[in-house]
Amino acid sequence: MHKESELRPPLILGDKTWHDITEDVCRPVESKANKWWWLAFSLSLAAFLWWVIAVSYTVGTGLGVWGLNKTVGWAWDITNFVWWVGIGHAGTLISAILLLFRQKWRLSINRSAEAMTIFAVICAASFIVSHMGRPWVAYWPLPLPNQYGSLWVNFNSPLVWDVFAISTYFSVSLVFWYSGLIPDFAVIRDRANTKWRKRIYTILSFGWVGTAKNWQRFEEVSLVLAGLSTPLVLSVHSVVSMDFATSIVPGWHTTIFPPYFVAGAIFSGFAMVQTLLIIVRKVLTLEDYITIYHIDMMNRVILITGSIVGVAYITEFFIAWYSGVEYEQYAFINRATGPYWWAYWSMMTCNVITPQLFWSKKLRESVFATFIISIFVNVGMWFERFVIIVTSLHRDYLPSSWTMYSPTWVEAGIFIGSIGLFFTCFLIFVRVFPVIAMSELKTIVKSSSEGAKKKHAVTAKQDTQL
Amino acid sequence: MSAQNKKFVYGIFNDDAVVLNAIPVLRNKGLKVKDVISPFPIHGLDEALGLERTRISIACFLFGMTGCGLALLMTYYMNIFDWPMDIGGKPSFAFYKNLPAFIPVTFESTVLCAAHGMVITFFLRSKLLPGVEPHVIHPRMADDHFVMAIQINDDSEIANVESQLRAAGAIETKK
Repeated sequence: MHKESELRPPLILGDKTWHDITEDVCRPVESKANKWWWLAFSLSLAAFLWWVIAVSYTVGTGLGVWGLNKTVGWAWDITNFVWWVGIGHAGTLISAILLLFRQKWRLSINRSAEAMTIFAVICAASFIVSHMGRPWVAYWPLPLPNQYGSLWVNFNSPLVWDVFAISTYFSVSLVFWYSGLIPDFAVIRDRANTKWRKRIYTILSFGWVGTAKNWQRFEEVSLVLAGLSTPLVLSVHSVVSMDFATSIVPGWHTTIFPPYFVAGAIFSGFAMVQTLLIIVRKVLTLEDYITIYHIDMMNRVILITGSIVGVAYITEFFIAWYSGVEYEQYAFINRATGPYWWAYWSMMTCNVITPQLFWSKKLRESVFATFIISIFVNVGMWFERFVIIVTSLHRDYLPSSWTMYSPTWVEAGIFIGSIGLFFTCFLIFVRVFPVIAMSELKTIVKSSSEGAKKKHAVTAKQDTQL
Repeated sequence: MSAQNKKFVYGIFNDDAVVLNAIPVLRNKGLKVKDVISPFPIHGLDEALGLERTRISIACFLFGMTGCGLALLMTYYMNIFDWPMDIGGKPSFAFYKNLPAFIPVTFESTVLCAAHGMVITFFLRSKLLPGVEPHVIHPRMADDHFVMAIQINDDSEIANVESQLRAAGAIETKK
């Protein structure tokens, strides 16, 4: 059996047995929600209602209700889209890339991070559909035969790549998440003591029985899906970045965009995972599973990706100067000193300076500091997309069409509403789904839990005494 | 689980290492150990039971190649053969010249078909579908108990199999 050094911090605290894990993970599903959950749920639902109103108004009246103008044709809509897609990336990174690297600390957090991915991509997709203005023709980017000839979609266009990338990413993430959930649904099913719970979880668990062959296939499927999701997740944000990078707009026309966007996506995604899990571990009393060590590990990822993003910002500036292209140079000077300087410097402060605080072990291991810094990173990454999109567009090649952009209540409503949608989904998730992949977590109880390590230490001591 | 007309005796265990060690012991005594149901994957169990390696990753590769081929065919037919477009002075008249721009769509289509094809194969092959009634032998077999299924020919063997299972570490037996 796999033995782990006592020097490594345990991944499960307390002397937990397999049954304790089942009890701890099933408790939120099997008990009634407390008033804090209902309060948070009501607030999220209210925000989501604002989304419904704002989107209905946009669709009913037209895109003129937004603050867009002739010069700035993309603003909060695409900012929010890229922000949400980026947030989604952490879930796939945790569940796929960390699986390939055999990082066992992923096991306590992969389920909720993947759920976050799914809900974030739903929010992102809502911006794509609403910014089309006529959502009833949202199927037009698909290569379907039509009465115009057929006039097919243009596969040279990054916007068509994006349709393929986002829809593949969403559906593959959903399948990856769901196939992992099936054994855990079976646990709830077998424990269910009410008729309806039994019936619902029987349907959700697809009749799962953990036979040797089923587990063998299950593990192979997880491994291969991880192998497929890894290049997929990297491709998705690369394609999103090419929506900008293949254009000729100064500030967008940059070859550094794909890796820079992917690093930024993982950076913001981990920040959102921290924000959510710090609350979840407290509210659902899962501190024994999502430990300080897990928080520290995620903070290290935030530190490294934050540094990559910082280097990318400086590289962009350097290349603008070094290229000698006047338009490019102006776009960057305008970002830092123009009318949107406050957005640029908010971005620089939140994304470049705050994550550097994580060089301190004390701050990495502080729940409070992590929570605050994760909020800063979320805000900073939103500003990054705003800066890239709006400041590049608002002063284009023709000075007579230079203008400013400001959002209307409708755009604000769709943005706040999408956060409401995200939290509504997430709050339902924590009450209905097992928030920790317990079947997978149980595999490390004998090697990486605090109880097992103590036992190892005792036997090791006896051996030396003999 | 296996077909309904076969008869089984089930041994319930509460430790994965005990189950794993019991398999060769019981097999040496002539018992037909058919399957082990566990709440989590046990490493080395498939070798101990003599299961062949799953071919699902081969299926996945074939689905992926299908997706890749379909995407190449689609992009060629739509943008080169049926309706070539000249956008921004960049005409789409030759497939090999346009191929770099078709790579993202081809890649996504490969992944889409490979992932969904494999998961659907997994569900169908393992008979996992919404509405399938599970064969629950022990209420805690998905929680922290392990079930070993021993096939028997007739009821006279039950007593012997049960005592063998208990000797191998089973905490409970079930018909």
